[in-house]
Amino acid sequence: MKSVLRRIAPQLLTLAAVIVLVSIYFPNFWQIVYVNDRLVGIPIDVIKRGAPVALLAIGMTLVIATRGIDLSVGAVMAICGASAAWSIDQGFGLWAALGIAIFAGLVCGLWNGLLVAVFNIQPIVATLILMVAGRGIAQLITGGTILTFDNDAFSYLGSGTLLGVPVPAVIWVLTGIGVGLLVRRTALGLLVESIGVNLRASTLTGINSRVLLIAVYMGSGFCAALAGIIATADIRGADANNAGLWLELDAILAVVIGGNSLLGGRFSILASVLGAMIIQTINTGILLAGFPSEFNLVIKAVLVIIILVLQSPRVLPQLAYLWPGRRNTTTPAKTAAPNSGTETKT
Amino acid sequence: MLLATRDLTKTFPGTRALDAVSFGLKAGEVHALLGENGAGKSTLIKCLTGAYKRDSGDILFEGQPIFPQSTLEAQAIGIGTVYQEVNLLPNLTVAENLTLGHQPRRFGMIRTRAMIAQADEMLAGYGLDIDVRRTLDQYSVAVQQIVAIARAVHLSGRVLILDEPTASLDAREVQMLFDVVRDLRARGLGIIFISHFLDQVFEISDRLTILRNGQHIATRDAADVDRMQLITLMLGHELQQETATKVRPMADSTDAIRFTGVGRRGRIAPFDLTVHKGEVIGMAGLLGSGRTESAEVLFGAVPSDSGTAEDSNGTVDLRNPRAAIAAGFAFAPEDRKTDGIIAELSVRENIILALQARRGWARPIPQAEQIRMANDYIARLDIRTPDAEKPVGLLSGGNQQKVILARWLATNPRFLILDEPTRGIDVGAHAEILRLIEEVVTQGMSILVISSELDELVAVSHRVIVVRDRQHVSELTGEAVTSDTIVRAIAAPEVVA
Repeated sequence: MKSVLRRIAPQLLTLAAVIVLVSIYFPNFWQIVYVNDRLVGIPIDVIKRGAPVALLAIGMTLVIATRGIDLSVGAVMAICGASAAWSIDQGFGLWAALGIAIFAGLVCGLWNGLLVAVFNIQPIVATLILMVAGRGIAQLITGGTILTFDNDAFSYLGSGTLLGVPVPAVIWVLTGIGVGLLVRRTALGLLVESIGVNLRASTLTGINSRVLLIAVYMGSGFCAALAGIIATADIRGADANNAGLWLELDAILAVVIGGNSLLGGRFSILASVLGAMIIQTINTGILLAGFPSEFNLVIKAVLVIIILVLQSPRVLPQLAYLWPGRRNTTTPAKTAAPNSGTETKT
Repeated sequence: MLLATRDLTKTFPGTRALDAVSFGLKAGEVHALLGENGAGKSTLIKCLTGAYKRDSGDILFEGQPIFPQSTLEAQAIGIGTVYQEVNLLPNLTVAENLTLGHQPRRFGMIRTRAMIAQADEMLAGYGLDIDVRRTLDQYSVAVQQIVAIARAVHLSGRVLILDEPTASLDAREVQMLFDVVRDLRARGLGIIFISHFLDQVFEISDRLTILRNGQHIATRDAADVDRMQLITLMLGHELQQETATKVRPMADSTDAIRFTGVGRRGRIAPFDLTVHKGEVIGMAGLLGSGRTESAEVLFGAVPSDSGTAEDSNGTVDLRNPRAAIAAGFAFAPEDRKTDGIIAELSVRENIILALQARRGWARPIPQAEQIRMANDYIARLDIRTPDAEKPVGLLSGGNQQKVILARWLATNPRFLILDEPTRGIDVGAHAEILRLIEEVVTQGMSILVISSELDELVAVSHRVIVVRDRQHVSELTGEAVTSDTIVRAIAAPEVVA
């Protein structure tokens, strides 16, 4: 527990700093009210609007941990959203629509995984193919129009609430917990980190790296499908051109702000979703501040640069040193020894 | 002397790669640089060409001390290098490759016709009849090699370093290359030639310098030394020195793994091998002779394209490492850093990794069990680490090797393949690893040890297989296992009675 806290400390501090910054403009930031069976307030809006990026970041974390990257997730969102809308349009019902959308996401992930794991194409190139082609596929599914539908059960996934909490937030939190448990309660997390650090040595150690790589890209496709379903349900229609547009970059950014190395290896899903929330808090803050929309991207870029510089290996140690409680964490050996119960060797 | 070093020393963390090496190259000679992997050949070359900064000692060019800071500076001084992997741009034309960086120009634009003329002129005298306007990749590796030489000679013109230039050439191409080398020698260049093909070394060289463990061992005229003496110098054994062999009780032959005709085209010729329970098989041979390739075939890392493997239960599947591990095999590779350790993961995670991979992802080894295993092996193999959670990349080479051994011992294999298990590790860890081999063998494990250190092979092996030119050429058993017989078998088959 203590080691998890230490891992996510920079992200928590950054999130706190961003919230403080936004609170200066909006002193009523934390004001949450309960109206019409739903919670309303800025934090609620953040966890709802942040759902697609958070979901993508969960899948992206695992892909990046294997030293890969998945540029196609935005386009996969569009494909899955279009598939879901098409299914509803055909009168298939809620569960069939969900099944078809998730199946489409898994197939997209399988395609990426095969290119990377079997044909040894560099992940950035392999997933670029679907990033470009995916929107075309989505347009073919929607027939080139924005495919709207009217299905309350499906819309509930985008705009409904559960015990007052927006359903999209519930979905990403549960997905995060589920995937987190899956990788940490089994050996998956360790094996993924291992192939990310040294693929060759891992294969020689008997790790089924090919299957594992494919599984990781399919996981990313699954997360993109959930994000696509939420985006489609929210606007009650599938927009093949704009659904998930550029979100792959926000997802990668969330993973990086989460302190996960693009060179693979150690990863933290919790830190990545915190990264997603940091990005969404900035987005929401800028939007609420009423800046002209042309400023949004520039302001966001400036904040992101500041965050990344503060977290960089050059700056972070100095910051950590200013923090009295963290000074002794520079010797991780001390905290690890008690639970391992070893006599220290010299 | 055209080019000389005096007491050249270069240290890397943990190893002294060059230890006061003095070496001299005359104008108009081909001087071969010989030594096993890790002897210091490439470090010496890299110091000469400015790729490495030396710690101490002098480099003299025509008697004047020089301090090249980069390969470009070394080129300007007159030292050119051609590597095994041709260092040119295959998608540019031959002319562009030859003149790159110094193309004839007018107003900043390249004068194509002048460039082609210059390229033709540079290639004159190399016996090549090629169209310099075609792209380089349309020509064979040998032609590319000669183009690289022509470029290096044009730019430098005094000293030419050829680092394994013949490794990917066939016999006819080698002759073509040697004609060029002889011609350059006649023109007065000093040529340093590095190769592990001893036939070629004898064919082309005037003098030989042998390095071992970073030290200068000897410099001889090629005419005054024979193959045997050369190998003895390279491996560091006096032929007269007889090492007593332990005659071991022969192992249980009923429970054996039989490999029949396994091999891989282009890497190792098909061979037979029977591995008895509780037996240590040594494998000797020079670098590049097919030792590691044999191990890779046995472990499925580079799967065999012929033959079969069988044990008392029937066929053994060796399609890939995963299958081999399931069959109870284990392999500690030669290059620990790239093929062995997972540097960022902890000592504990590295130790349990192979066992975990075999159990599958869905059955994680409980944390408490992992910690127990890690501490158990840390104590048993005396792995020097502050604790089990330290990233293994921060340990020393010897301790990393012990972690890899622990990883495989944890899977309780029946057949353990160790490729150069003691390379680059200190004397203490060296002895401990040999002791460990003895220990697990008495428990019934079978081991294949590949090593360049003959003493080590003689000390631990029941029998020794000798590999030469990608073939298993002989097998020495019992009394016959001595450093002397191994050196003879490596040198030539006829010598072994």
